[in-house]
Amino acid sequence: MNPLISSFLAINPPYWVDTLAKIGIGLVAVLLPTGALVYLFLFKMMSFMQSRLGPMETGPYGQLQLLAEFGKFLQKEDIFPSKADRFVFAAAPFVVLVSTFMLVLVLPGGPDTHFVDLNTGIYFAMAVSSVSVIGILMAGWGSNSKYSLLGGIRAAGQLIAYELPLVLSVVGVVIMAGTLNMKGIVAAQADFGVWFIIPQIIGFFIFMVAVQAELTQPPFDMPVAESELVTGYLTEYSGMRFLLFFIGEFATAAVFSAIGATLFLGGWTVPFVDINAEIMDYIGPLVLAAKMVFIAFLIFWFRITYPRFREDQLQRLAWKFLIPLSLFNIVVTAIFKVVF
Amino acid sequence: MTTDINAEFDITNNEQLRYIAAQAADARVNVELETEGMTLNIGPQHPATHGTLRIVARLDGEQVISAEPIMGYMHRGYEKLTEVRTYPQVTTLINRIDWVGSFANEVPFILAAEELMEVEAPPRAQYIRTALFEMGRIANIMLFLGDMAVQLGGVTAIFYAFRDREFVLNQIESATGGRFHPNFNRIGGVKDDLPAGWIKETKSSMQKVRDFCDEMEDLVVGNEIFQARCRGVGIIPADVAMAYGLSGANLRGSGVDWDLRRDADSPLAWKDLDWKVWTHPDGDSFSRYWVRLQETREATYMVEQLLDGLPAGPVMAKVPRIIKVPAGESYVQTENPLGAMGYYVVSKGELTPFRVKIRTASFSNMSISPWLLEGVLVPDIATILASLYFILGDIDR
Amino acid sequence: MPKLPGMLVGLGVTAKTFIKTVFPDGPLAPPAPSKGAHTVQYPHVKEAPPERARGVIALHHDNCTACMLCARECPDWCIYIEGHKELAPPRRAGGKPRQKNKLDRFDIDFALCMYCGICVEVCPFDALFWSPEFEFSEMKIADLLHDKGRLADWMETVPEYPAYEAGAEVKIKKLPSPSS
Repeated sequence: MNPLISSFLAINPPYWVDTLAKIGIGLVAVLLPTGALVYLFLFKMMSFMQSRLGPMETGPYGQLQLLAEFGKFLQKEDIFPSKADRFVFAAAPFVVLVSTFMLVLVLPGGPDTHFVDLNTGIYFAMAVSSVSVIGILMAGWGSNSKYSLLGGIRAAGQLIAYELPLVLSVVGVVIMAGTLNMKGIVAAQADFGVWFIIPQIIGFFIFMVAVQAELTQPPFDMPVAESELVTGYLTEYSGMRFLLFFIGEFATAAVFSAIGATLFLGGWTVPFVDINAEIMDYIGPLVLAAKMVFIAFLIFWFRITYPRFREDQLQRLAWKFLIPLSLFNIVVTAIFKVVF
Repeated sequence: MTTDINAEFDITNNEQLRYIAAQAADARVNVELETEGMTLNIGPQHPATHGTLRIVARLDGEQVISAEPIMGYMHRGYEKLTEVRTYPQVTTLINRIDWVGSFANEVPFILAAEELMEVEAPPRAQYIRTALFEMGRIANIMLFLGDMAVQLGGVTAIFYAFRDREFVLNQIESATGGRFHPNFNRIGGVKDDLPAGWIKETKSSMQKVRDFCDEMEDLVVGNEIFQARCRGVGIIPADVAMAYGLSGANLRGSGVDWDLRRDADSPLAWKDLDWKVWTHPDGDSFSRYWVRLQETREATYMVEQLLDGLPAGPVMAKVPRIIKVPAGESYVQTENPLGAMGYYVVSKGELTPFRVKIRTASFSNMSISPWLLEGVLVPDIATILASLYFILGDIDR
Repeated sequence: MPKLPGMLVGLGVTAKTFIKTVFPDGPLAPPAPSKGAHTVQYPHVKEAPPERARGVIALHHDNCTACMLCARECPDWCIYIEGHKELAPPRRAGGKPRQKNKLDRFDIDFALCMYCGICVEVCPFDALFWSPEFEFSEMKIADLLHDKGRLADWMETVPEYPAYEAGAEVKIKKLPSPSS
């Protein structure tokens, strides 16, 4: 029995209805924020920051542009390079997408609004997010293209390197909250008085940098560096499979923004409102979406402004700066936790 | 300055060691692991080469062992075509050599023909020529200032470059009629005088260019990532730069104070102006970017000075309606946006030139790339090629 | 004042452009990105090219004598002219009939044209003009061969010659009166 369904329908649905509803809501929960982010930031904010208007013809202010893009990609031929490893090449985008969808599972949208309430929620999220590396490596290897291979290997090196600071930056939050459960972390922030972004500002900084790198967005887009590797591991993809990668990239951006909002900005809570009030089940997801948009705004702002690091520089940044800094952050957090 | 024939092997220990290390690494990998390096074909269709340049790079992992540029995919045979075009027709062809700063292409050819005909354009025409020449330089280098950032992954700078370059191009268009191919020079002067109100609008567009330069300093030059990517990458020592025949900002970026606008005896109006040649001692990619940025700003002041001091008078000297250039040879080179560009015109007294040799800056600037790309990482290829700044039409003509 | 890190300054540049684009009338006025952006929505909004812009070549065929100068001077020989001689009535009563060159065909292949303007410049009878009109694209490249009727239509779009900047000694030319 899912409280989400039962609270909306006031019935106790059979298992299969429950599952279908969860899949549907999951699709919406992934695709809707993704589309919103791409439209708001990639189409519009990027255009405005560059003194132009972006798409304007499809619908009012180009709001239907995404549908047009979707239709365009669907129509395109699904090209396999002649000597590609067909199965690996074909499966790669799905591996990436699956990891994104599994991330959404643990996101709480309210006291009772969630897909699953894992005790090890944030641990699960961090673990599952690494799966996309495999998909990217598969894409790089399966394409049988030198650009793809270089891009895939760069991506693997980068994602693994930044996995560590990402996890370590979360550890600070976990120490403060004393739980791995996402809802527990939200509740701990309400108890603590301020959101964890204030005491964990270093952790938030590391989290943002690491997320930027995990998403392979500029300034960490070396794996898809279009000026030397064409588009890296995406070079040989076309049509629907390219679209899946594209959705995977921006859906991951949306989900990581939501995780960041949950960990550092108090999740679904609003100040001065009881976090377990029944109303939060309904407006909680909206609050979370608003906070997610704010974090995504930062991510895309960096993306638009900065040039990219070189491969060795970003490795150095991860291993020599971010990881020691996050370890220091953990130690300081632990000391404060014990002392106070 | 003297040049050493072995200059490429004793420049800095670092370069040499890197090269030897690359060679050794390749050999070791080949022998021990029974693997081989990878040959990466960058181009001819590739986003980094903005045109059809092909670079065959031999890689060991991410390190370039050797790289060789292959040019000529866009050869259009302009040297041969000029032999069957009359002198007025030639300018319309040579507009297309360096297509982003095309006004500057016409000037050396026209000067060479004027030298053979022993006519001199009136001072007003020389001032208009020089002003448009410098505006061509601004239009050209602004594109570089944005493009370099794009090659390094910062997408926004190029939009600012295109946005503010438009003001300069509009002014070129309203004076000459063409945005990219002005075809405004004639033997003995320029085609037409300036339209009313042009000077005022040009001055305001120059102000916008200076604002753009400030913006680039904030957005690109000051950015720590940009500096990390450019500083110390692609170092050209001064003597190597001289040995390879580099010119323009690539040479000045290596600390050589050499500018044909100041150093050559030209009938154009540069000698009447108060300006400065910018150099940077480092010789790396960053210094080339920095020198070009300062040059753009300097050029805006030069245009303003030229427009303030514009003398009254005619814009055409007396030349016959049908132009026959007397027999003889002349070579004129000017400091074009990309570097020194020269035309060697041989005339036999006919309606058409007998032979024209075109010396373009990009061709010489490109020739250093095998030396420069040895031992760098793959991402640095993009940095170095972007900082050398070539226009494919200027390489292949 | 300590120097801000360049990365923060860079963020400021993009944010400033964002604000300038979205709020061109100041932060309190309603957002108007269409006004703040430097681009125009082309088919709906059109920018006027300057008067001297070399858009398309217009023909005033009363003035043309089919002298072929333009066709000969064209660098890529994209002008095709045919003409014949015919007798026109005398200027004064009782005079001899005049011989006049009548223009049969005047085609310009705009697929070949390099827009250099040499034909307009060499024309000794002021029959060719530049018009800033630029919207004459065609679906097929062969359709870019425009005949004299089409070229004459563009005469209407030719602007008057603009005045010159102070200090110029060039005379301002006049457009011929529209053909009857």
